[in-house]
Amino acid sequence: MTTAPMPLSPPEALPQDRISNGKIGVTCMIISEIAFFGTLISAYLFYIGRDINGPYPQEVLEVSIAPLKVLFNSIFLLISSVWIWMAIRSMRAGRMGAFIFWWALTVLCGAEFLVGTGFEWYGMIVNDGVWMGTNLFGTCFYTLVGFHAFHVTMGLLVLTMILILALIGKVKPDNIEKIDLVSWYWHFVDGIWIVVFFVVYIFGNQPVS
Amino acid sequence: MTALQPPAGPASASGPVPFLSRLHEWVTTVDHKKLGTMYVVTGIVYLIIAGLEATMMRWQLAWPGQEVLTPEEFNRLFTMHGTTMVFFVGMPILLGSANVLIPLMIGARDLAFPRLNAFGFWLFFFGSLLLYFSYFGGQGLYGMGSAPDVGWFAYAPLTERTFSRGHSTDYWILGIFVAGIGSTATGINFIATILGMRCRGMTLMKMPLLVWIMLVDSILIVIALPPLAAAQIMLLFDRMLGAHFFDAQAGGSALLWQNLFWFFGHPEVYILILPGFAFVTEIIPVFSRKVIFGYPLMVAATVAIGFISVGVWVHHMFAVGLSPMLNAIFMGSTMLVGVPTGIKMFNWVGTMIGGKIRFDTPMLYSTGFLCQFLLGGLTGIFLATVPFDWQVSDSYFVVGHFHYVLFGGLVFAILAAVYYWFPKVTGRMMSERMGKWQFWLLLIGFNLTFGPMHVSGMLGMPRRIYTYHLDRGWELWNLLSSIGVLIQLVGFALFAYNLLHSLFKGKEAGDDPWDAWTLEWSTTSPPPAHNFDEDPVVHSRRPLWDLKHPDDPDWKYE
Repeated sequence: MTTAPMPLSPPEALPQDRISNGKIGVTCMIISEIAFFGTLISAYLFYIGRDINGPYPQEVLEVSIAPLKVLFNSIFLLISSVWIWMAIRSMRAGRMGAFIFWWALTVLCGAEFLVGTGFEWYGMIVNDGVWMGTNLFGTCFYTLVGFHAFHVTMGLLVLTMILILALIGKVKPDNIEKIDLVSWYWHFVDGIWIVVFFVVYIFGNQPVS
Repeated sequence: MTALQPPAGPASASGPVPFLSRLHEWVTTVDHKKLGTMYVVTGIVYLIIAGLEATMMRWQLAWPGQEVLTPEEFNRLFTMHGTTMVFFVGMPILLGSANVLIPLMIGARDLAFPRLNAFGFWLFFFGSLLLYFSYFGGQGLYGMGSAPDVGWFAYAPLTERTFSRGHSTDYWILGIFVAGIGSTATGINFIATILGMRCRGMTLMKMPLLVWIMLVDSILIVIALPPLAAAQIMLLFDRMLGAHFFDAQAGGSALLWQNLFWFFGHPEVYILILPGFAFVTEIIPVFSRKVIFGYPLMVAATVAIGFISVGVWVHHMFAVGLSPMLNAIFMGSTMLVGVPTGIKMFNWVGTMIGGKIRFDTPMLYSTGFLCQFLLGGLTGIFLATVPFDWQVSDSYFVVGHFHYVLFGGLVFAILAAVYYWFPKVTGRMMSERMGKWQFWLLLIGFNLTFGPMHVSGMLGMPRRIYTYHLDRGWELWNLLSSIGVLIQLVGFALFAYNLLHSLFKGKEAGDDPWDAWTLEWSTTSPPPAHNFDEDPVVHSRRPLWDLKHPDDPDWKYE
């Protein structure tokens, strides 16, 4: 061009729609948790059938903790995912009463699952004499199921805190995003249980050939 | 929080702030620049500690039959040296620099979660204290004064209670576990910041490459650190609760630990070296006065390295005796890493070719990085070849290889970054003269230390031996290595002096001392607590170029 340079104006930079920080953060946290549980599950799979002394999983899992009983507990945990989803839905619609109802139901179901785990462990420790040091099955079982129960406990603590805050009226429909993110964590805890259930009670429970 | 901070300008002019309130301000801060500085300073302190540990080992090995250290002390020193360098030098310096730079480069006010950031720093800090506390409490009731002596990868079953009495290994587990949680939290924070907080106009493909590389790095942190935490918990259960994960007598497997550790360990070395790539990728274009060559390829290569690095860990275990098929697969995947890394190498060189190169200190270190990292990369290709690896596995050749990558590569890149961004963080320039002296001292000292190790390794000298006999033909090479350390010591002493001297007496830097192009140079040095007076808007990858050359802006060509 021969004319004096025109003041150039760049194409306008439009503001972009971005996913909120909280959502990205919680997603990444869940990914790191999956990596953590993935390691524990790999160790569990690696050691299936490598015990050099009993009691073996199929003895313990048949005698004192019939898979049906665990299944019963698991259904309580899994269905709590539905309740928490209902709670979020109610909150989105601004119905705080319904939110508190579904949220409380979630807490109850989660608590039932923990109580069930407690009975299961009691039976295994007292009746079958399986603890961490007994054999590889004990080592892997208590580590994996224990860490899952620990995550359920943490989740329950947060859920209960929110329930109390909601009951005294501190949770407003505006808080939906944060409450929703807590429910993501709860879905993760439930989802990982499906994997743990299959690994421990179905796949790890086959007779050693 | 904000109420405690004195109003910026006038208060500092009216008199010095009392020490206690300044300390309080630093301890309670959630500001990314302050936390980043604290990370880097802690990292440099540990660099000195771990460097002195290495010096003692080189003193012991300088010639045959030395009795400076007992075998037990030697074992503790190489364990602490490796652990410290990886977790408490490399990690904090990279997390710290990213902490300072990411928000400034993307035009944000702070990280996405400032308090999580402070939480991550303090976890890291107390984790490191926990590791070093083992020197005082490592043997618990059994006696005073010990430290972990199991190597930085803590191979089972040597870490089991039977073989590792006392609590030194427990401190190793807990210190790194705690610091690892902090690093994971910070990684999550970086991802959220980069994806969610870029300023207007900064699309992903307009981000500075440092930010791109740190994004991939953070993803690796989030994926690779939790498996280490899980493995460490298993080990802790073995030691504390009588579990049998790695206890071979009860059917446990030492191999599982190796797999889990290296599944973390190999991504970890990429977590460490990627920020080194990031620093030189920012520095080389500025001092070559050219745009980076092949920006999209650089992004692709970074992502490729991230992907491949989680699939190569078995190359640390070639000598274990796994199936030939498995070894071959991992040999292939390891070779594959050379491709994206090679692409990066060519892009850096391509940036320099035809540029008006200014050899200021940051550029000198970057050039040193290129040459030395190339050598380390080439010996890496040797080591990826299974038959060759079998010959030199666990020898000084391996020690030479990874020091060329992590010291000749990463530490040189870190020094380049310190010289380059010191003016931004403190407002003062570092002394160029001392910087150049230090560069040449380190270059000679480094190559003299680690070059001969390739030879002594080829001659069969194993790693982790505390002394050796006279008749092996290793004397000369070991002596050269130890002399090199002396030269490095002078270099690092000069660096420490330069840092402190320039902090108080350095010449004023101004906002943009290097005539650079990324956003951090558009604000004051040091930047105000809120970073930018008005939210920046960018139109190209070099927003400051656009400002300085309104008649020929970059956005016309991108």
